[in-house]
Amino acid sequence: MKSVMSNKFVIALYTLPALLLILVLIYIPIGLSGYYGLMDWDGIGEMKFIGLDNYITLIQDKVFWSSTWHSFLLAIFSTASLLLYLAISLILASKIKGSDLLRKIYLIPMLLSSVAIAQLWMKIFDPTNGMLNTLLGYFGVENPPIWLADPEIVLYAIFIPIIWQFAGFYILIYYAALKNVPDEVIEAAKIDGANPLQIAFKIKLPLISGVFKVTIMLAVVGSLKYFDLIYVMTGGGPNGASEVMASYMYKEAFKLNNFGYGSAIGFGLLVICLVMTWLTSQLTKSKDEVQF
Amino acid sequence: MSEVRTQQVTPSLSTEKPKKSFLNKIGFGFLYLLLGGFAIVQIYPLIWLLFFSLKTNKEVFGMSPFSLPQDPQWGNYTKAWTSGNIGVYFFNSVWITISAVILTVILASLVTFAVTRMNWKLSGPVLGLFLVAYMIPLHSTLIPLFKMYNSTNLTDNPLSLILSYTAFNLPLTIMILLGFYKTFPREIEEAAVMDGCSVHRIFFQITLPMTVPVLSTTAIINMIYNWNEFVFVNTFISSDKWKTLTVGINNFVGQYLTDWGAIGATLVISIVPILLAFLFLSDKIVEGMAAGSVKG
Repeated sequence: MKSVMSNKFVIALYTLPALLLILVLIYIPIGLSGYYGLMDWDGIGEMKFIGLDNYITLIQDKVFWSSTWHSFLLAIFSTASLLLYLAISLILASKIKGSDLLRKIYLIPMLLSSVAIAQLWMKIFDPTNGMLNTLLGYFGVENPPIWLADPEIVLYAIFIPIIWQFAGFYILIYYAALKNVPDEVIEAAKIDGANPLQIAFKIKLPLISGVFKVTIMLAVVGSLKYFDLIYVMTGGGPNGASEVMASYMYKEAFKLNNFGYGSAIGFGLLVICLVMTWLTSQLTKSKDEVQF
Repeated sequence: MSEVRTQQVTPSLSTEKPKKSFLNKIGFGFLYLLLGGFAIVQIYPLIWLLFFSLKTNKEVFGMSPFSLPQDPQWGNYTKAWTSGNIGVYFFNSVWITISAVILTVILASLVTFAVTRMNWKLSGPVLGLFLVAYMIPLHSTLIPLFKMYNSTNLTDNPLSLILSYTAFNLPLTIMILLGFYKTFPREIEEAAVMDGCSVHRIFFQITLPMTVPVLSTTAIINMIYNWNEFVFVNTFISSDKWKTLTVGINNFVGQYLTDWGAIGATLVISIVPILLAFLFLSDKIVEGMAAGSVKG
């Protein structure tokens, strides 16, 4: 019986195609990205080995660090907004009628492509004909912002559609987790005289802290990789004010043909993502230990 | 102590009860307002999009953005469809998405079956490779992939998209399948082994049909990701005949900076298939989204 299920040939046949795909298209490229970072290369001609020059330039590159900072800001905003989603989920999960329908409505933007969202919100942000400034006008705001064209606020403006896009997704996760909290626990707390707020903070939230940790991870890593929406909406502008790591990499490589330097940025992005993943998991772990 | 407490609480509870339920009603009303308001924020931009896709430029620039289209300009849609190559992009999105989804789901099933049902020493490390790949940002692989496809003549070839989509969706798909396979009874498969079934028959005639519910969940998630994918198409594909909707509409919209009607119509066309899918498959989609995230 065992021999059929440990047939080496079948195992190879079943796993190798997929394994080859991820090795060739994911693992080898990240190694190559680090390697190409050592090259002076325009993408078409010969590569010239220049040692660590690109990486030294990268460390001193102000644009790279401001892009990294913007990515970090997005990560911080995203993590903070999780609290809003959590609050909404707590309300939704407290036996509210129509919570199913509401949850689905919240999710709709998440199904759209970032390109469609970017194009739509460029129209919403349009200073003269857009929805947002007209609405502000109704409320008596006389000099509404010019949103995407203002380097001071462009990053905050971009964050609005990001919330719009992902809110439903996180609410969905929290809602599912909250619904998994056993009813008996909550009933017992009610009998002991706990009020709804106490039940929320002392019982429900600690019980879903594992899921909360996962969402922090998703929000942080997702933000560091954020690209499509920003690329379409602003292209990193005006004047680099909304440049993030991925868009800077893309610009250097595919617009300015600095493929060597672009690879170095790409490798930097990988390192920062992996470090942040590890750091977030460590931070959320210790927080967990304090709570229990 | 506790006796004194209960004595204090009981009388106050009885007097407070009618007041509390009144407050509760106000509270609930307020909460509904909050939830409903948020629903409007989520849905209204799309309704607004539908409205301006049916307007003339005169209406867009001369009237309030909140006004209804006076005389619905369905011509905007025919214009978008015919002049913008949208039909070609649409067709490409459909077949590239479906090919990649089928490939991903089959390959992921084979791997998950081999890892959870078959006995071999390296199954742990191999599974680890798939799961760690989930952490790797695709942008870090973009330049090497571009060079790789270039030197194998796969740039401007839809095969580059199908392969990339499959590779990058395999980790998540395997994660979701893994959860299902682990809770799934092995007895039927074991009985089949006893009866002398070959591994292939077990996989294709027993395991695969039994995992159809989770396969459809992963297929839907994959479909949404592939349909909306942008950066691979934008990087690897240069000629119009292979572009998919995301890149196609982005380029098309870029040319029509001031024609809001045509832009809106193009966006609506790209959004409708996903919304239709959601209308009919919302439970599956909700389930898949939740499964994909929590396992990750």
